[in-house]
Amino acid sequence: MYKIVKAKELTANIYLMDVVAPRVAKYCEPGQFVIVRMGEDGERIPLTICDYDREAGTITIVFQCVGASTKMMASLQEGDSFHDVVGPLGCPSDLVKEDPESLKNKKILFVAGGVGTAPVYPQVKWLHERGVDADVIMGSKTKDLLILEKEMEAVAGNLYVTTDDGSYGRSGMVTQVIKDLVAEGHQYDVCIAIGPMIMMKFVCLLTKELNLPTVVSLNPIMVDGTGMCGACRVTVGGKVKFACVDGPEFDGHQVNFDEAMRRQTMYRTQEGRAMLKLEEGDTHHGGCGNCQ
Amino acid sequence: MDVLKKVPVREQDPQVRAANFEEVCLGYDQEEAMCEASRCINCRNAQCVKGCPVAIDIPGFISKVKAGDIEAAYQVISESSALPAVCGRVCPQETQCEGKCIRGIKGEPISIGKLERFVADWARENGVVPEGCKEKNGKKVAVIGSGPAGLTCAGDLAKMGYDVTIFEALHEPGGVLVYGIPEFRLPKKAVVAKEIENVKSLGVKIETNVVIGKSITIDQLIEEEGFEAIFIGSGAGLPKFMGIPGENSNGVFSANEYLTRSNLMKSFDPDSNTPIMRGKKVAVVGGGNVAMDAARTALRLGAEVHIVYRRSEEELPARVEEVHHAKEEGIIFDLLTNPTEILADDKGWVTGMKCIRMELGAPDESGRRRPVVIPDSEFEMELDCVIMSLGTSPNPLISSTTEGLEVNKWKCIVADEANGKTTKEGVYAGGDAVTGAATVILAMGAGKAAAKGIDEYLKNK
Repeated sequence: MYKIVKAKELTANIYLMDVVAPRVAKYCEPGQFVIVRMGEDGERIPLTICDYDREAGTITIVFQCVGASTKMMASLQEGDSFHDVVGPLGCPSDLVKEDPESLKNKKILFVAGGVGTAPVYPQVKWLHERGVDADVIMGSKTKDLLILEKEMEAVAGNLYVTTDDGSYGRSGMVTQVIKDLVAEGHQYDVCIAIGPMIMMKFVCLLTKELNLPTVVSLNPIMVDGTGMCGACRVTVGGKVKFACVDGPEFDGHQVNFDEAMRRQTMYRTQEGRAMLKLEEGDTHHGGCGNCQ
Repeated sequence: MDVLKKVPVREQDPQVRAANFEEVCLGYDQEEAMCEASRCINCRNAQCVKGCPVAIDIPGFISKVKAGDIEAAYQVISESSALPAVCGRVCPQETQCEGKCIRGIKGEPISIGKLERFVADWARENGVVPEGCKEKNGKKVAVIGSGPAGLTCAGDLAKMGYDVTIFEALHEPGGVLVYGIPEFRLPKKAVVAKEIENVKSLGVKIETNVVIGKSITIDQLIEEEGFEAIFIGSGAGLPKFMGIPGENSNGVFSANEYLTRSNLMKSFDPDSNTPIMRGKKVAVVGGGNVAMDAARTALRLGAEVHIVYRRSEEELPARVEEVHHAKEEGIIFDLLTNPTEILADDKGWVTGMKCIRMELGAPDESGRRRPVVIPDSEFEMELDCVIMSLGTSPNPLISSTTEGLEVNKWKCIVADEANGKTTKEGVYAGGDAVTGAATVILAMGAGKAAAKGIDEYLKNK
C-alpha cells in the first residue's frame, strides 16, 4: 500500500497528491511517469510525476477527473492509500541527459496546457536548480482552471500566462503567445510542449513553420506501461513506437497526432457508461439506449 | 475398463462453456484417478521422467495414487515441482511425459497431466502444503519476475535455505500465469494464487510493482541491497505486429493487450473498472496457444471468431487439445490465409481485413512447409476487431540497463542451459527471457537448473 500524505484540490476537477513510494522517489527523473491503482480491482492509470522528494520517499502526482476511475480517485484523502504505485516508467526527459553547462547557453521555451502544467513543472524546476532559467507559457481555458501558477513562477525565467477566454493574463491560445513572443524578438533553441493532444498538434504545426525544434510528451492509453501490451503505440516519423518505453517524449514534428488522437477515443463509449453508472448508480436504467 | 484407453476426463459442455469463463476441464475425482493410475505399469527405466523438464518421479507419485495415498503422492511431486496444479493444466504432456509413456506405444498413454492435476487439487482442497527447509543460511538472492521460471527458482532456492525475494513488475505475481493464460484454462484465484501462496510458505518474499531496469537496476540490487546472486526470469513480454497498413486502427490489439485486459484486469467481468473491446466479428492472426487463448476469450465475450493462419492445420503451433477445444466451441479456422492490410472507416475504426490465400511450398529452415502466396487470390473479410498473436520477444528493459549482460540478436539473454549462468558474474537467467516464447514447463525446468547453478556459485564463493 502506498500512503497519501497530502491531498489537495487544485481547482475544479484537478487534484494533487503526495504519495509515499520510496522506490519511485529514489531514482525518478523529470519526464517519467507512474501507474497507480486505487484499489484491489482498480484500473491501471498512468500519471506524470510532478515532483519528488528523495529523502521523504514521496512523489507528487496531479490528475484531472476524466473518467470513472479518476473520479473515484479524487475522493481519496490524506491518510488513505493507493493499492499500487509502480515506476518510474518511461524515459527521462532528454534535458536531464544534457550537460547543465551547455544548457545554460540554450534558450528553452516550455508550453504547458491545462493539466500538462504538472509534467512541465519538474523539468523547469530541474533546470532552475542547475542555474538554467527557461521561459514558460502556461495556458488554460479560463482563470479558475489554472494550476501551479505560483510554483511555476518560482522556478521559471519569464512566465507568460494566457487564458482562452481572456479572464486572466494574456488572452488567447498558447499558439498565439508563441507567435507574439517570436514577433517581440524572442529567440528559442528548443520548445517543450505538454498538454492536450490537440494543443500539442497545433503548437507543432506552428513551431515547424518557425523552424523551432519541439519535444512533446504523449499520454496515450496504456495497460502495463512496460512495453508489454502495445496499447500505447504511436507513429513517429513513420515508425511505430511504444510511448511507455520509447517515450513518453518524442520529436513533435514527427508525431502523427491525428492517429494518436483517434486512438485515445478507443474506449470512450465504455468510459462514458462507467461514468454514468458511477454518477447515477442504480437510478441509471439504460435511458441512454446503449446499456447491456 | 479398457487398459489401452485413458479414463475419460469430464469437461464442460462446449455450447455452455462458450458463454462462460469457468474452467473447461473438470478433472478427475479420486475414483477416476485411482483407476487411471492402475494403468501405469511402473516401468523400471521410466521414459516419462526423461520427458519431464523438471524430472518429476512420475511412476513414484502414480503408485501412491494407485494406493490411494494422495498426500504422499503430492509430496513426491513437490520435491520436483512448485506448480503442479498449473502444470497439470497447461503442460504439453503429449510431447513430454505422455509422449514417452510405454503404454502409449500400443494404446493411449497414461493421463499423467490429469493425474498430476488431481493430486495438486486434492492437496489444495485438503490444506496440504509442500515441506520447506528448516535451516536458513541467510544469503540473499533476488529473483526477477514471478512467472513459472522465477517461482520455481525461488521455491528451490528457499528449500535450500536461501533468503529469496522475487521482484515483480505488475501488481500481481504470477507472470504469464495471471496475465496470459485465461481463467477458463487456469483459474487464477483457486489455482494460481494458491500455488504462489505455497511458494511463499517456503519463505519466499514477493515485492510487486518493481520494474527492474526502471525502479532499480540489477547492479543496484547487488551493490545497494546486498543480493549475492540474481536470477532473471523476466519472460518474453514484447508483442510483435505484422507491419501492414492500418495496423494502428482502433480495434487492432496485440494478443498481449487483449489477454492482459481480460485476465489480469478481469475486464471479462462487465463490472470491471478496466474496459475491453467486445467485438462482433473478430479475427485472431496467428496459430499458437496464445492465439487460441485470445480467440476463445473473444468468443466468450460474444464475438464470431476467426483464426487467420498462413499455413495449414498440420503446422498450427498450438497444442492439439487447444485446437480441438477451440473448434468444439465454434471458432472458425481460416487457414492458408495471410492478412495484407487492415481496413478502417474515416474515424479510424476497423471495418475489415484484406487477405491473400496461401499454399504450401518446400520446407523452410524450421522444417515446416513454407507458405507461398497464390497470385490474384486477394479477398476482404468484414471485421470490427483484429487481434495480432504473432509471438513475443524478451523485453530489453533489463538487458539494456545491465552492463556486461550479453544478449543475442533476438535480444534473448545468453545463458548456459545447464546452470543458467550468464556473462555477468552472479547473474543467472532462464525461461522465455533466454529462449524466447516457449512453455511454462520449460521455463520451470530452466528455473530449476538455475537454482542449482546459483547454489553451487554461492557455496564456492
